[in-house]
Amino acid sequence: MTNSYIPLLFLLAIGAGFAVLSVGTSLVVGPKRYNRAKMEAYECGIQPTPHASGGGRVPIKYYLTAMLFIVFDVESIFLYPFAVAFNSLGLFALVEMVLFILTVFVAYAYVWRRGGLDWD
Amino acid sequence: MSQLLAQLPGLVAQVPGLPAAGSLVIPLVDNPKADFSDTPWWLSLIKALLIFVYLLISTLLVIWFERRVIGRMQQRPGPNRAGPFGLLQTLADGLKSMLKEDVTPAAADKIIFTLAPLITATMAFVSFAIIPMGNKASMFGHMTPLQLTDFPIAVLLVLAVGSVGVYGIVLAGWSSGSTYPLLGGLRSTAQVISYEIAMGLSLVAVFIYSGSMSTSQIVSGQSSLWYMIPAFFSFAVYLVTMVGETNRLPFDLAEGEGELTGGFHTEYGSMRFAMFFLGEYINMFTVAALATTVFLGGWQAPPLVSLINNNMFSGGWWGIFWFTAKLWTFMFFFVWLRGSLPRVRYDQFMRFGWKFLIPITLLWVVAVAFIRGSQNGWFGGGQVTVPGVNRVIPTATLFAVGVIAVVALAVSWVWDNRRADEEARAVTNRVPTEIDPFAGGYPVPPLPGQTLREPIRASAAAIYTRDGREPDAVPVGVPAGVGAGSATVTGSVTGTASGAGSTATITTPKEDGRG
Repeated sequence: MTNSYIPLLFLLAIGAGFAVLSVGTSLVVGPKRYNRAKMEAYECGIQPTPHASGGGRVPIKYYLTAMLFIVFDVESIFLYPFAVAFNSLGLFALVEMVLFILTVFVAYAYVWRRGGLDWD
Repeated sequence: MSQLLAQLPGLVAQVPGLPAAGSLVIPLVDNPKADFSDTPWWLSLIKALLIFVYLLISTLLVIWFERRVIGRMQQRPGPNRAGPFGLLQTLADGLKSMLKEDVTPAAADKIIFTLAPLITATMAFVSFAIIPMGNKASMFGHMTPLQLTDFPIAVLLVLAVGSVGVYGIVLAGWSSGSTYPLLGGLRSTAQVISYEIAMGLSLVAVFIYSGSMSTSQIVSGQSSLWYMIPAFFSFAVYLVTMVGETNRLPFDLAEGEGELTGGFHTEYGSMRFAMFFLGEYINMFTVAALATTVFLGGWQAPPLVSLINNNMFSGGWWGIFWFTAKLWTFMFFFVWLRGSLPRVRYDQFMRFGWKFLIPITLLWVVAVAFIRGSQNGWFGGGQVTVPGVNRVIPTATLFAVGVIAVVALAVSWVWDNRRADEEARAVTNRVPTEIDPFAGGYPVPPLPGQTLREPIRASAAAIYTRDGREPDAVPVGVPAGVGAGSATVTGSVTGTASGAGSTATITTPKEDGRG
């Protein structure tokens, strides 16, 4: 194989084919009996709460977690090339990387101090 | 800085073979070790099919395995009817779910509701492409590595595909048009992405040792020493995060049935639910396979076996055997955790991930970088020869390890003192009072330190120690009837003790009524 990414597509296609086939088969094979109560959202037996249009509101904490995730995920992505090329980069890169991690730690300490990492 | 920038293109282009200062130094080679030049496209397709079948059979087996082992841990047989030893139980369950009605709730977003399980199941298969399952072997007249494909950023693919798999969870929760799935999906997403950071960071130390992100390169770098030893802390962090990442007990908060019913897949049934189930188990195999590859030497034979006959048990198809054995060790670990630990609380879980794992893993990365730097001789060339073993250790390494040990000791000392202070304060703040358990009309268990007003049976009184914790063993003299009569006796010892404890509380009114 000249391109080493093509086999990924093989596996992706097989997996997708299997998933579509099994879900499709169950749609065809399974019984269909209409029942209005069955189609309602499950809420432990009580009348389901109607949802606000457009998905409604979501606690800000989740949004915050997503933002923090991006910050730290980008940090770890920056660490990867440094780690791979570590032996050839030399002492200078090590010092640079420590400074970089310290910089992110400042942001981390700020978020911690402001309560961004607290769940209640 | 400009000097470094000027060097960078040269670094990418050339492949420098560096002088090895320590035994672990591997020259920086940007290309994967596995050689796919003799692998035609149809052979790749066959290998992809084999991986698919391997994963499907492993999933069928591991679900049976999990139920059997959990059954043993709870002193019951587990599924043992379908097929020999109940082996076909999972197949029967799968057929059953295929023949059930596929209900789509009226409030659901129809297309995305169907798409979400497909995304989860499809993405679960992809990561396994880069997992090396063995050395080169002959397949249909071609010498080919027992690995579908490999490229310089192979490990990154696993993390990336895992992130795409999160879409399945969040879309399923959102598109169900129901409250519990929405909350479960959000929780699960927050959980998976939080632990992905620590997981990604724990791998950095390994990349520093291996000098490559290609999986075959990482495996071949462990021929003398598995990375779980030099990067032991990364291994520990990875073990924790892989459980959080796959939504497994004790971290399966997204499916906490006490609070969220079934989590993001509450509204799912039939084969679409089975797709989530399949995805979860294949994800378990994927994270375990990555752990095997990165920390446990991949397909290579264990240290003592590798000494036999010039490492004959590592070559060819033997790799699959060792790989599978290591993989199933992790599977047993997953099941063991599920059998032993209760679910943690959500805020504890997030606090552990964000306030402990992430900073401490970052510090560990810095520590490993310094140790490696000293092994490369960047901090001076002084060396100490260990007598007898014939091993040379740079003085700077010893210095770095010493500094890290001192820092770790200091931190743990401060931490311990603070914990001891907190506990002392908690003890002094506690006011032991006597409570009437039936003041409100229904039985209330005593809080830690509180005593019940009613005198309880001598046998049950032993259960409440001074600080309110249950003793480790069942107190001698608990009559068999006390536990079995009104409380469910579970298999474990602590279960019996708590069952007897609650019985003591409940039986009090009867005596009250009689007297």
